[in-house]
Amino acid sequence: MSTSTLEVHVVAADREVWAGQATMLVARTTEGELGILPGHEPLLGVLSSGEVRIHTADNGVILAKADGGFLSVEHNTVMVVASQAELVV
Amino acid sequence: MGAQLRIYRQKIKSAQTTKKITRAMELISASRIQKAQTRMNSAAPYTKALTRAVTAVAVGSNVDHPLTTQTETPRRAAVVVFTSDRGLAGAFSSQVLRETGELGEKLKSEGKEVVYYLVGRKAVSYFAFRQRKWERDWIGGTDRPEVETAQEISDAVIEHFLKSYDEGGADEIHLVYNRFVNLVSQVPSALRLLPLEVVEAEADAEIPTGHDVLPLYEFEPHGFEVLDKLLPVFIENRIFAAMLSSAAAEHAARQKAMKSATDNADKLIQNYTRLANNARQSEITQQISEIVGGADALVSAK
Repeated sequence: MSTSTLEVHVVAADREVWAGQATMLVARTTEGELGILPGHEPLLGVLSSGEVRIHTADNGVILAKADGGFLSVEHNTVMVVASQAELVV
Repeated sequence: MGAQLRIYRQKIKSAQTTKKITRAMELISASRIQKAQTRMNSAAPYTKALTRAVTAVAVGSNVDHPLTTQTETPRRAAVVVFTSDRGLAGAFSSQVLRETGELGEKLKSEGKEVVYYLVGRKAVSYFAFRQRKWERDWIGGTDRPEVETAQEISDAVIEHFLKSYDEGGADEIHLVYNRFVNLVSQVPSALRLLPLEVVEAEADAEIPTGHDVLPLYEFEPHGFEVLDKLLPVFIENRIFAAMLSSAAAEHAARQKAMKSATDNADKLIQNYTRLANNARQSEITQQISEIVGGADALVSAK
């Protein structure tokens, strides 16, 4: 992994829940668990129920709930989109 | 105090009371527009992400989906009408209902049967008064739309759309709502929601999509399934966006209406004050002339 990081946005229908830099993101799509590191190919995936784990650039871990949403990856930008996305503290 | 004067004073009082109410409503609406606008803006990232994703799937994979397929001869169209729950907002609800009437006529002239979905108490009472039928209605919360309501509406219309004509299904879904342009202008607009036109020459100038070329996406699990999942969400989002826009427009319309009502009350108060002064003055003049006349009579009687 190079020095680059992922730019992550967690977006709900009525607001942006979280945005920031991350080193890795783990999500569960309908096909199975999926890890995304910087430099991942463009991807559009449907999330199954479950949490999205975001390893932030400052070594923290953030859990987001994004039931029934989707995930898009392009140019090191990850959008986690769900109508009722929220952070799990 | 003379009778005339008393009546004028009463009228001034009543205009002042009205003014207080309309002024308060104006201020409340003014503060709510801000909130409604903020909500519209904070929903923008979601809309943008969704539009982009749907475009990406539509362009990147050659799939047909029931929601994007057009029937050859549409025979029934459903119209979702967004009005307000409360009145006192000028032409807000009536202009949407007028637009609905025009759209209905147009669809009928194209040989389609029209069914209605109503949002807001004003639309329901309009239809009920004219004894026109409607499919389903949602009342309450038009000034502060919830995602859940948008979900219910979209579920209902998608279900209706996916049914075949013989089962009472609709071949087209239209939305009629007040589009919030700015604080002084709310435009009633009609747009066709379903079937979706995949060529994204979308009717939303409000949502700028990124101009850069879309990358070739990998789909997980599969192009069709991603689209199948995305489209209902996209439709729900369109409905929610219409509701938010309509809510902001409602507050703006109400503020404008209440502002002119307040101005009008001011004018009334001013006019009646003038008339009251006039009446008081003539009363005084009359009293003086009565006193003088009385004194004269006393003097000449001596």
